[in-house]
Amino acid sequence: MLQETPRKLIDESGIRLDGRGLNELRPIKIEVGVLSNADGSAYIEQGKSKILAAVYGPKEVHPKHLALPDRALLRCRYHMAPFSVEERKSPAPSRREMELSKVIREALEPSVFVEYYPRTSIDLFMEVLQADGGTRCSGITVASLALADAGIPMRDLVAACAAGKVEGRLALDLTDLEDKGGEADVPLAWMPNLNAVTLLQMDGMLTMEEFEHVVNLALQGCKQIYQLQKETLKAKYVTVKEAVEE
Amino acid sequence: MPTFYERRQLVTPGDLLAEDDYVAGENTYKDDGKIYANRVGLVDYEDRKVHVVALKAFYIPYVGDMVIGKVVEVSLSGWMVNVKAPYPALLRASDVLDRPFRPQEDDLPSIFDVGDLIIAKIVAYDRTRDPLLTVREPGLGKITRGQLVEITPTKIPRVIGRKGSMINMLKQETGCHVTVGQNGLIFVSGKTPEDERLAVMAIRKIEQEAHTSGLTDRVTEMIRREKGGV
Amino acid sequence: MSSIMVSRVKQKQIAQLISSGKRLDGRGLTDYREVQLEDGVIERAEGSARVRLGKTEVMVGIKIEVGEPFPDVPNEGVLTVNAELVPLASPTFEPGPPDENSIELARVVDRGIRESKAVALEKLCVEPGKKVFIVFVDIYVLNHDGNLIDASAIASLAALLNTKMFKYEVKEGEVKIKPGYTSLPVRNYPMAVTFAKISDKLVVDPWLEEEQVMDARLTVTVEKDGKVCAVQKGGYGYFTMQQVLEAAKIAREKAEELRKLVVKG
Repeated sequence: MLQETPRKLIDESGIRLDGRGLNELRPIKIEVGVLSNADGSAYIEQGKSKILAAVYGPKEVHPKHLALPDRALLRCRYHMAPFSVEERKSPAPSRREMELSKVIREALEPSVFVEYYPRTSIDLFMEVLQADGGTRCSGITVASLALADAGIPMRDLVAACAAGKVEGRLALDLTDLEDKGGEADVPLAWMPNLNAVTLLQMDGMLTMEEFEHVVNLALQGCKQIYQLQKETLKAKYVTVKEAVEE
Repeated sequence: MPTFYERRQLVTPGDLLAEDDYVAGENTYKDDGKIYANRVGLVDYEDRKVHVVALKAFYIPYVGDMVIGKVVEVSLSGWMVNVKAPYPALLRASDVLDRPFRPQEDDLPSIFDVGDLIIAKIVAYDRTRDPLLTVREPGLGKITRGQLVEITPTKIPRVIGRKGSMINMLKQETGCHVTVGQNGLIFVSGKTPEDERLAVMAIRKIEQEAHTSGLTDRVTEMIRREKGGV
Repeated sequence: MSSIMVSRVKQKQIAQLISSGKRLDGRGLTDYREVQLEDGVIERAEGSARVRLGKTEVMVGIKIEVGEPFPDVPNEGVLTVNAELVPLASPTFEPGPPDENSIELARVVDRGIRESKAVALEKLCVEPGKKVFIVFVDIYVLNHDGNLIDASAIASLAALLNTKMFKYEVKEGEVKIKPGYTSLPVRNYPMAVTFAKISDKLVVDPWLEEEQVMDARLTVTVEKDGKVCAVQKGGYGYFTMQQVLEAAKIAREKAEELRKLVVKG
């Protein structure tokens, strides 16, 4: 067991350490088009998590033998900066980063019209600058915007959010402390038009009933985040549009 | 027949634009009878067709397009040209020489070298191969002097204008040669650098205000004002 | 000369059959292939098992060593799961460091064991803060004919149940081995159940050709009391929420069936 007495993460009235209710998202700030070199980019702050995403492509595939004859190759790299966590993390890709790179790619691929650009690659990079839980979900949220910012045709945006169980209560958008100290964490990514769950993972222990509740709670979070994504994209271009209107 | 936006409203990928009878135009797709946007842009409806004018899109080669590119590699029998598309374009030596390439005799770098800018036309392109270029028509070939402006390819039609109205005005008012590549690159060559600067300024203004009306008049006015002030 | 690419004609056939509720090998949509389980196959390992799930073959070996605990849990043993997709198992496996597929496989199996607290790690402490037992679970895929996750999970659990540890005593800070053996303390029996989505239907235990046709896969790991302890969606497609919840319900049943094959008595 831990050396120190674990603090309570949720008080009797259901208020969490950061003052949130059980069903509340952390404060979110999103910006699109933040990097000048990348074809598309976006940045998110969700609570204390800070993630930057950039897209290069579609472009020629290097090395050439990886090119697919009938579609674009989507490559994803989820990576954490050494200073992003409490104890410095080695910059070398860890097994966790490799697994997350895979599931994130699989979460975004259904949204991109890869079949429009055979023999090209679309390279997506996510850098976690500061980690406080839910980074794969925030990563997907911001990667989806980076793809849209790059002008890559997409079926829909992909919104992601996690929910879980902490001290016996079902809660939305867990922080790192809540994830580590809690009983379960369920990250989920969702593409609304097709009613599609494109990422779903779970670790912990939940009864079947709890699992159903948590998954639906995460979905509610995704719906809110989807609205934020749309607003952010529109806000960026509305100012451009307003400036040119007579 | 339901449509869900007003003309020229800003839409994002996944926005439902129309249902049932509509035809999916540019930057949209149809799924299960519904038409959605697939890029960020301004939606427009014309008869039974809905399309989106994308605010940001990269160039995809089209046979017949005139493009401006930069030579990036001299290969065994020709050149690889960057036309700002996801695919590198090829220019064969035989196209330039108008006869088969003779490796012993022909020195390719002396014709076009890495870094040269050329105006070319796309003669072939499909899903299985990279675009093929030609420089055999009049007006095509190496660019020797002038200025290059790069704008987003979706605004090129505005630079040309209806029936060439905008580009003709530009040429007239600035006295410059203006060559427009469909891939977003525009080449300007005038009698003086000052003339060229005016043309570049005008093109930038067109890019900024592409979606407004009365643009041709305003650009004309701006050029005249600038010339007058010199 | 074997090729893993399924012809388009066969792909269509598989998909069409499934949309009418049948599978090419005659199974029902929620049937597992035949499971053959043998344990104790590697005497040099502290525990081992070999599983054949249809033609998929996976061997798991357990090695136990003494080492340092993690600083945040100084009184607990360490569990580590690794998977090797050895080249002889499939023309598509190349030699080299673990790729994303073998890493995902290892981590999903690990999650099931770890989150269900199947191995009583708190009983594997030799000297608090200094010495604990490290349990190495090494998954070795010997033949890939689909559904490596479930086969690996079954073999891993069987191997853990088969594992014998040496008895020991700590004398002057040294671990001294005593005669006799004791079983590795295992108290839960997580079972992974993997679904493929084909023709918009959920198909349990996809074999290789079905995996090539599928839109996406979903693994639900259920522990002995029917609780979900791990979930992993994989592949480029997607599931609807209804399909996710349906899969979870089916997984609970199938996990119980599989458990009976592995846990004796």
